[in-house]
Order: sequence, then structure tokens, then C-alpha cells
Amino acid sequence: MQAFLDQLIADGYFAGVPPQLVYAIAIVAAAAVVIFGFVLNVAGVTTFIERRVWARIQSRIGPNRVGPQGILQWLADGIKLLMKEELVPAAADATLFKLAPYVVVMGFVAAFVAMPFSSVLIAADLNLGILYITAVTSLVVVGILMAGWASNNKWSLIGGIRSAAQIVSYEIPAALSIFTIVLITGTLSMQSIIKAQGWAPWDWFLFYSPFTFVSFWILFTALLAEGNRTPFDLPEAESELVAGFVTEYSGARYLFFFLVEWGNLYVISAILVTLFLGGWQVPHVTDNPVLLNLLQFVTFFVKSYFGVILMMWIRATLPRIRVDQLMSTCWKYLVPMAFVNFVGTAVWVAIWPNGNRPVWIAMTVLGFALLFYFFYRVEFHRRRSGAELLFSPFS
Amino acid sequence: MSLAGFEVEVEQVGQQGLETEEMTLNMGPQHPSTHGVLRFVVKADGEVMRQAIPDVGYLHRSIEKIAEKVGWHGFMPYTDRVDYVAAMFCNQGWGMVSERLGDIAVPKRGEYCRVIAAELNRIASHLLSVGTMVLDIGAITPFFHAFREREKINDLIEQLCGARLTYNYMRIGGVAWDLPPDFIEKVTAFLDRFEPMLAEYHDLISVNKLYVERCAGVAVISPEEAVNYNLVGPNLRASGVRYDVRRDEPYSVYPELEFDVPVGAAEHGVLGDSYARYAIRIREMKESARILRQCFRQMPDGPVITKVPRKFKPPAGDAYIRVESARGDMGWYAVSDGTEYPYRCKVRTGSFAAMAIIDKVSQGLMLADLVTVIASLDIVAPEVDR
Amino acid sequence: MTATEIYERLKARFGERVISVALEAKDPWILVDPAAIAEVCAFVRDDPELRCDVLSNLSGVDYKAQGWIELVYHLYSYTHRHYVILKVHTPRDAAEVSTVERVWKAANWLEREIYDLLGVTFTGHSDLRRLLMPEDWIGYPLRKDFVEPEEYHGISTRRESLLR
Repeated sequence: MQAFLDQLIADGYFAGVPPQLVYAIAIVAAAAVVIFGFVLNVAGVTTFIERRVWARIQSRIGPNRVGPQGILQWLADGIKLLMKEELVPAAADATLFKLAPYVVVMGFVAAFVAMPFSSVLIAADLNLGILYITAVTSLVVVGILMAGWASNNKWSLIGGIRSAAQIVSYEIPAALSIFTIVLITGTLSMQSIIKAQGWAPWDWFLFYSPFTFVSFWILFTALLAEGNRTPFDLPEAESELVAGFVTEYSGARYLFFFLVEWGNLYVISAILVTLFLGGWQVPHVTDNPVLLNLLQFVTFFVKSYFGVILMMWIRATLPRIRVDQLMSTCWKYLVPMAFVNFVGTAVWVAIWPNGNRPVWIAMTVLGFALLFYFFYRVEFHRRRSGAELLFSPFS
Repeated sequence: MSLAGFEVEVEQVGQQGLETEEMTLNMGPQHPSTHGVLRFVVKADGEVMRQAIPDVGYLHRSIEKIAEKVGWHGFMPYTDRVDYVAAMFCNQGWGMVSERLGDIAVPKRGEYCRVIAAELNRIASHLLSVGTMVLDIGAITPFFHAFREREKINDLIEQLCGARLTYNYMRIGGVAWDLPPDFIEKVTAFLDRFEPMLAEYHDLISVNKLYVERCAGVAVISPEEAVNYNLVGPNLRASGVRYDVRRDEPYSVYPELEFDVPVGAAEHGVLGDSYARYAIRIREMKESARILRQCFRQMPDGPVITKVPRKFKPPAGDAYIRVESARGDMGWYAVSDGTEYPYRCKVRTGSFAAMAIIDKVSQGLMLADLVTVIASLDIVAPEVDR
Repeated sequence: MTATEIYERLKARFGERVISVALEAKDPWILVDPAAIAEVCAFVRDDPELRCDVLSNLSGVDYKAQGWIELVYHLYSYTHRHYVILKVHTPRDAAEVSTVERVWKAANWLEREIYDLLGVTFTGHSDLRRLLMPEDWIGYPLRKDFVEPEEYHGISTRRESLLR
């Protein structure tokens, strides 16, 4: 992008304006485009899609009134929340209380800097891309703790502390699983990790070795916990803590917290897709760069969205686990497993630096066989339960 | 302990020698998961509770005193509000105690109508109880499935008596109306679709590892404790005491019906824990379906109500009867002084004792478990406060 | 066991403190001296012939005309499947009965409710305070001569009758 801007300055477009200012304004403009054009909309539409997906799972229809098929529901909710009165409890720590949503949003939006949407569509291809993302999404903890403490409400405090314990604990299996991929590629940069994979499933790191396969599931679980999603949604456990750390929030501040929660689904999914599922890789069907990049962007988006829908599905199905069970799952099960994977992958890379093709292909076949078996069992249960599709979800 | 010139007194509390403070939380009358308006003052040490003291009375409507003002017949709609989730049983209880005092025999068909209505209500009540229990634990989907079935039952009962929650279906001497023309076919069709749904439920949530871990071993109540605290119904049977008023002190037409009484069997966890209380309710729904089918086969024809004078004046005296409601046996005690207004009416409900035992059983549990315990004991606030 | 047998057994054990029996009532009941009720209940629970392991109900009835408050104990035995119904009369203006909380823990809340609504003090109760009414309520609502106060903390309790 810098080269493009230098070209424009040389052509004389920004006469009299110091180049540094041009760069700064351009960066802010780009960030605004990304945020308002993409991030917020994705987060908003995800709330709507989540409600429709849940409704289908729960034998009901979901919001379908606002706009065709209810597509504008998220806009309506957003506008409603913006128009609500923003209460700050009298005994709350006002500064921290007002600051908390912004810290949380910062932690979330900053992850999009290193998000590889296609081979050129990346705001900054940092050479510590994945480490940067892991670090920056942890800012969310700080925001949640601030929210829990500043609300001056014991239930919010419990929610905040639970969240802090949860996110900090699950960073460890998450990081270890991420580093198995780093071991394989030797680089932390997001684009390089994607370029080390191919477009076909037998070139994805998911099937690289049994260790990476297990790593994927550990990372998935740990990232679910990082994002405060069921089964790890204790910080905002509705039935216990009213709304956990966001109990005292209303209006726009509440909107920010929930935007972050649903937007985080996308970030989590994007991380998984980048590391394990081949990122934006597509077969080279056209030489036109614009079209190719568009195809790559669409691929990346669709793959990430599968992950998002999977997480919505899990949320609709599973109950919540308790705090002590959460901790024991992390420390007694996930961390040892992640260490074993790490060491195993290190040994694997040492023996076969370019990957073991036969095992890779065998794992792919196994993976797809598992997928087909899964769908077969779904169909079996559907037939056995005699459940009719009682109505069309688009009615 | 002293640091150079700086006297510090550290209270040696806990193993690390850190000073800790007990937190007093208020799980207030308005809360998404307490079943009705119940309040708990929870003294917690972090996540572990030392004590959860219940504070009831937010839904006290002095129903017992109202009985003294509205008369024997007039009190029937008020009994619905004693436990609005399982209102048919309350109707039946008041009907039975009045009939006992007045020596009134209900015709056979009337008794069958009562049992049909009651067992349908038992299924509906258990669906609500089980659905809200899994919702409190975090699984949002089975709740909708349970309510989907419950809506169908509400539709059926609406055809029967016109109301979906507070039925006022029974009268002193029988029931108000006979079954509508194709009621039996509709209920049979519903049961044919409902029983496979229970199997679906089982697959979805009952054997889910997360759910079992949350419920198994939580708040174990031993049979001796359960009996001493007068815990009744599914709570008592989950602790292993095989007692059901319908089987052991039968009333109405239950002697002619064949059904099993599920008792806790500790399939996952311990006898008397929250999972056992949950599992029993699922099995009881199956038994209720079985009872309903038998009733439809065995029902005789005839009147559904015995004529009882408008100004019903039972002879002076008192009587106590028990009805096996969805929440356990409900004891109705009525005193008559020979006039058409009861002298005293007292309801002793299953949730009353369950609230009393929470204080004892919640010591040492975690905050998240308190919600599980309340839900598994199937407490509804109107029963506790009346 | 029939009511007569139960009465004979209690009479043999407690003599004059078991006052009378009403066999012709729908549910035959035994009148007991209020001072002895805790002992009688302990005996009824532990005696192998009676074995009433559960306190099924404990009601209070205000007999204003006769000047006493009657407490009715419905005791049930899961092993023998019989009821033992005990009644206790305590004077309205000085209603005091010893608690049976140590015999059945179910009595804890049942007695608290009777204290709250009828004003009977249970001596020896571990936690005798109001259960259903607010802590600062004055009066005992279930009594026959209870008059509703005009207001509670500034909220008026008077309303127009809908029956006219």
C-alpha cells in the first residue's frame, strides 16, 4: 500500500501535505473501511444467523419479520441498543466502567490487522503474525476484568474473575497447538503458513500427521474457551449470574461487548482456517489477479463461516461446564495432550522435514471417511426419530 | 509477624495464611433461574458456598385465609394458583378433602376424567421441570423441545376445560365437563408421537457427558434425611425410598390401573443426587402415558359429577388427604364447622420441604451447583408461599 | 395399627399426659398435653410398633370461640402405612408449645410458618423467625381476629371492593 501512496504523491495529488500525514490518514481510512465495511457487519449478521440456526435446531423459526427473511434484524437490534439509555451505576467506578468496552473492542479489532483474507488483502503481513493475534486477543481479558470490577456488583465480579481464569488458562493449550504448526512451517507469518499449504485437502496441515489432527481439536476447544462460548460460557452464564460481567451495561456499551463476542467467532474460525485448513488457497483457475483474489477471499470467508456455524451448533447443543471442571479439563487434560502433540510434531518434523506424503494422504482419506460416517449417523438418527421437517424455515 | 519497624498483624485464615473474607451474595427474587420468586442469601468463599439461606414469602397470597371467605365451592379456582404448573392435582386435592368431609362419592366416570386430566398435567409439569433444569445447566435446545410437547398438551387441555394453565376443571363431586367428542383419539395420537420423543431426549441430553458431570453426585440426599425432612414425590423416590401415594395409599381409580413406580437406580452417579431426581421424572412421564392409555380403555359411561348442593355444608370435623402431585404428595387438611365456609384450609406441598432442605444440602457446593439443586428439586415458588 | 391400639399404647406409656382420643372422627385423633408433645413425638417416631418416620403435616387452627389454638400433627409411617394424628391445645393469649424439630427436621419450617401466621411460640426452636411475612410485620394474619393494617411502609392496603 505504501508504494501505491508514494505513486499518488509523486503524481502530485497531495500537494503541500507532508507524506507522513498522508500515510497516517490513509491507514486510518483503511482501518475505518475494514471495520465499518466488514468487521461490524460480519459481527452483526452473525448474530442474525446464529438466531436462525438456533431456531432451526430448536424446531422454531427465529426472527423473520424485519426485512426479507428477517435479514435486517441485526440492524434493528443495533439501532435499538444505540438508542437506549446508558446507565452508569452510581457506585460503579465510572472511568473503568466506561473504558472497559473500548478495551475489549480494541482487542478484538486489532486482530484483523494480521488477518489474511487473500494473497494481497492483508493489512499488514507481520512476520510474527500468529503470535501477534494471540497476544492481542488477550486484551479482551483485561476489558472483561475491568467490566467485572468496575460494575460494583458481586455477580459481575464473579463473572469477570471466572473469565480471567478461563482465558488465561486456555491460552496455554492454544499456544502449544499453534506452535505445532509453527514447528512445521518454521515461520510465524500468517501468509507464509498459508503458502506452505495447498488448496486441496491433502495439502492442508489438518491431515499432516496424527499429531496435528489432534492439535486442531485442542486448538478448537481452547479457542472456544477464549471466546467465552458454550460450553465455556460461565462468565456470562445466563441462568446463574444474570448476565455475568455485562449485567450493569446497557445501550451502546452492551452492544460493544456483544459485537465482540460474535465477531470473535469469526476471528477464532479464521485462525483455525489459516493454520489448519489451507487459508485462502484456491486452484489457479484464472490469471486475472482481481478475480483470483476475489475467489481467494470468498474461499477464506466461506471456510471461516463453516467454523462459525459449527460453533453456533455446539452452543445450541451442549450444556455449560462448571468452573472447577473447566480448570481440570484445561490443566489435567488439554495441557498434557498439547505437550505430547508438540513433542510429537517436533520429532515428526525432524524425521520428515517435508512432511510424510503417504501418511498425509492416508490421514486425508481417514478424515473424509470420518466425515461421511458422521453424516451417515445423522441420517440414521433422523430416520429413527421419525422427525419430520415440520415446516420450511423460510416461511 | 513484623517487618523492620512495621508491625503487621496477619490473620492466619486458610492454609496460605492469607486473610480471606466471606462474600455475601444475594440471589434475589428476580433471577433468570430461580423457579419463581425465590430469594437466597448466599455466603460464599469464592465459588464455594458456605450456606445458602432461603428467604421466601415473595409470592405469599394468603390463599389459605381466602378459603375461609369464599366457601367450599368458591375455593376451587384458588387451588389452581397454589401450584399453577400442576393445577389439576390441587383441584383434585381440594375436591377430595371436601368430598371426604361431606361423604360424597364421585361417579366412576368422573374419577376417570380426574385421573386423565391429572396424568396429562403430570406429563406437562415434568416437561417443564426437566426443560428448565437443562436450561439452567446451559443447554438451550432441550428446553424448546420440552415446551413444544407441552404446548401440545396445553392445547389438549384447552379443549378439555378451556384453560391452558389454571384449569378449574374439577368440582366438588366430580369434574365440570365430560371429555369432548374426539378427545381420546387426539390424546392417543399425541402419546404415540410423544413417547419416541422421550427417547430423543435421552439421546440428546441424558447421556451427555457434560450434563452428567454437572448433575451426578451433586447434593446427595440420603433416604433417612429425605424422610426426616418430609421430602416427597420424585425427590423422595430418587433417594431410594419406594413410596408413591397412588400405589401405597391409593385413591380415586388408581387401584384399577397398572403402572410402575420408578425409584432411583444410580445409573450415573450416586443414589439421591441431582441426576437421579432428573432421571426419575423422565421415567415418570413414560408411566403417565401408560396410565392414560389404560384409562381410555377402561373408562365406563355415566355421569361425571354427583349433585352437590349449592350451599355445601359438610358436617363439622376435619379431614386430611394426600394427592400424588407432580411435585410429590400434597397434603390437604380442611376443618369444617358445619357452615358453607371452610373453617380452616391448610396445604402442605412438596416444594415446601424441598426449600427447607436446600440450606442443609448446599453447604460445600459451588455457586453453579445451587442452580442445579434448585432445579433438580423441582421447586416452584407458589407452592412454597401459597 | 388401629387408632384404638395406638391410643392404648400411648396411654400406657405416657399416662395422664395423653388426654383423650376421638374415635368417631373421620381421622381419629389423640389429644396430648402441650408440655409433653416433644416426648410423645420422639416415642412415636422411635417405637418399633408405631415407627412414624415422617411428619406429614403440621397445621395450626385458631379456635377463637373456644379460646385455644389447636396444633394438628399428622404423623405417617412408611413402614407400617398408618397415621398417628396428635392434637395439642394451647391458649390463644399465651401460645407456647415445645418444638418437635429435633424429632423431624421437617418441623423446622412448618413451625416457623405457624409462628409467623398464628403466633405460637415454639420453645427450643433453633431459628424461630417469620417465614412468609416480612420480618417487620406486626400481627398474626391467620388468626380469626386479625385486622389488616391500614398501610405498610406507606403503601395503602385499602381498596375499593369489586363486588358492588
